[in-house]
Amino acid sequence: MPKYVIIGASASGIGAVEAIRNIDPVGTLTVISEEACPQYSRPMISDFVSGKATFQRMMCREDGFWKQNNVDALLGTTATGLNLREKTVSLENGREIHFEKLLLATGGKPFVPVMDGSDKDGVFTFTKISDAERLAEKLETARSVVVIGAGLIGISVTEALVKRGLKVTMVELQPKILSLLLDEKGSDIIENIIQKAGVTIITGQSVQRIMGKSDNDPTVGSVILTNGEQVKCDAVIVAIGVVPRTELVVGTEIKLNRGIVVDNHMQTNVPDVYASGDVAEAYDFTLNQNRLLPLWPLAVAEGKVAGANMAGKKTEYAGGTNMSSLKYFGIPVVSIGVANPKDATGYEILTRYEPEKELYKKIVLRDNVIVGITLVNDVERAGTLFHLMKNRVSVKRFKHEVISDVFSLAVLPASIRKDMCLGCA
Amino acid sequence: MKRIIANEQVCMGCGLCEVYCTVQHSKSKDLVKAYNKEKPRPLSRVRLEVSKPISFAIQCRNCEDAPCVTACLSGAMKRDAETGLVVHDKERCIGCWTCVMVCPYGALKTDVSGKVVAKCDLCMELETPACVANCPNRALTVKQVKT
Repeated sequence: MPKYVIIGASASGIGAVEAIRNIDPVGTLTVISEEACPQYSRPMISDFVSGKATFQRMMCREDGFWKQNNVDALLGTTATGLNLREKTVSLENGREIHFEKLLLATGGKPFVPVMDGSDKDGVFTFTKISDAERLAEKLETARSVVVIGAGLIGISVTEALVKRGLKVTMVELQPKILSLLLDEKGSDIIENIIQKAGVTIITGQSVQRIMGKSDNDPTVGSVILTNGEQVKCDAVIVAIGVVPRTELVVGTEIKLNRGIVVDNHMQTNVPDVYASGDVAEAYDFTLNQNRLLPLWPLAVAEGKVAGANMAGKKTEYAGGTNMSSLKYFGIPVVSIGVANPKDATGYEILTRYEPEKELYKKIVLRDNVIVGITLVNDVERAGTLFHLMKNRVSVKRFKHEVISDVFSLAVLPASIRKDMCLGCA
Repeated sequence: MKRIIANEQVCMGCGLCEVYCTVQHSKSKDLVKAYNKEKPRPLSRVRLEVSKPISFAIQCRNCEDAPCVTACLSGAMKRDAETGLVVHDKERCIGCWTCVMVCPYGALKTDVSGKVVAKCDLCMELETPACVANCPNRALTVKQVKT
């Protein structure tokens, strides 16, 4: 009988395994994963499509990770049911696995809106390696692609397509691209860079219909936008976002909101059952509430906390926030927390914009505490700013330095330098 | 595990730590060649932080619960089980700068290629790291810390 059972072998499952093994090297541990392949980095699937990374290079932990961690890894196996009273997980092959501690790290699945023709050959989602493999095969013959959604995933797949020489049209429902991460100016800078790479960006529109090459043809030939415009293409990639994979939990006593509800130990309302990663609503320290934040680094961090608690070491999750760092067509962009408060009352906003360098910095303050960070094309100091934000340090005495080139650790007041153990032997 | 400790009280801000770090991470290991011949010039992984009159040098702290390791998207940043140090695998790095976003110390820099991260490796091949050995005022010292 395994002591620990983890459903899901991506970021959060990996984080949990590492945390459990740090504390309990011997307790029996079973991991159940629908995907049959070894552990890999999902954010890297666009590098796979562009040809930059082989699957081998995408393996985010060393060869034999499961074996080295003494894990019974049931790869290519789907969990189909939970019996919380009996403490068992049932598998598709009829087997039942008993657990003492369970982690639900089932992740998210791509959100696909209702569109006529979405079942046509040539429509792809883009979250898993199998999606990337199927897409890469299609790209052998495709020449033009429509990408629906201009967020993190949509832009990273677009970049991969451009590298492969395809003609790409991005369709975004919001009036601006990257609307969850950047304000208008930041969005404009990136939009400009993407357009320069030859990509057509259409905002304020969605796809209402996917058409065949000809009437009744099962192969994608074009899309019809909400304004009636037709865009020809050989493939459509739906990259709008992910929704939690909660199907195992529906109908059980585990509390479910949009995702699985957890406490600050990543435990659900059912004792011994934990949830983390894209399926869970974890703590956001900026909003001071729990919510879905489907981001790889947070999934690992939450999995680590869940794992530590499962192994008996009381650990609190410090929280994450909406945050990402990525290079868009070569331009590094970091966005953390509140990028653009809807109502600016009560906020102080510091900005610096140097168009000739494509440089943009914006710090959003509330009561002299950083609540939002946007850095375009100079991200070197992002981590220190994030540290100040996360620890709610007042920047009152040096706020005019935070977006300037003179900002450094030496600018921080002595008390903070001491807390960080800087320059104090 | 070794950790390099800076003492801002005696740091003169001369920047020799950066100079000798650059040399140590050059191909030639020669000051003149490293600075004048090698293109692009090798990168110092230690950073002298200055806001006069305060100055001190900082490099990777090899944090106990290192945020860069947790956050790394590709698995390039990891903890070496034997030494306890945070090590970076250039071959696996995808240059997304997620580690840069979460390092409080700003200790992760963009490599000269502009494509991957570079960090302090504590000069494992030397008995004393180059920045410490060449600090003229002993503002940098090595301390053994528990891992």
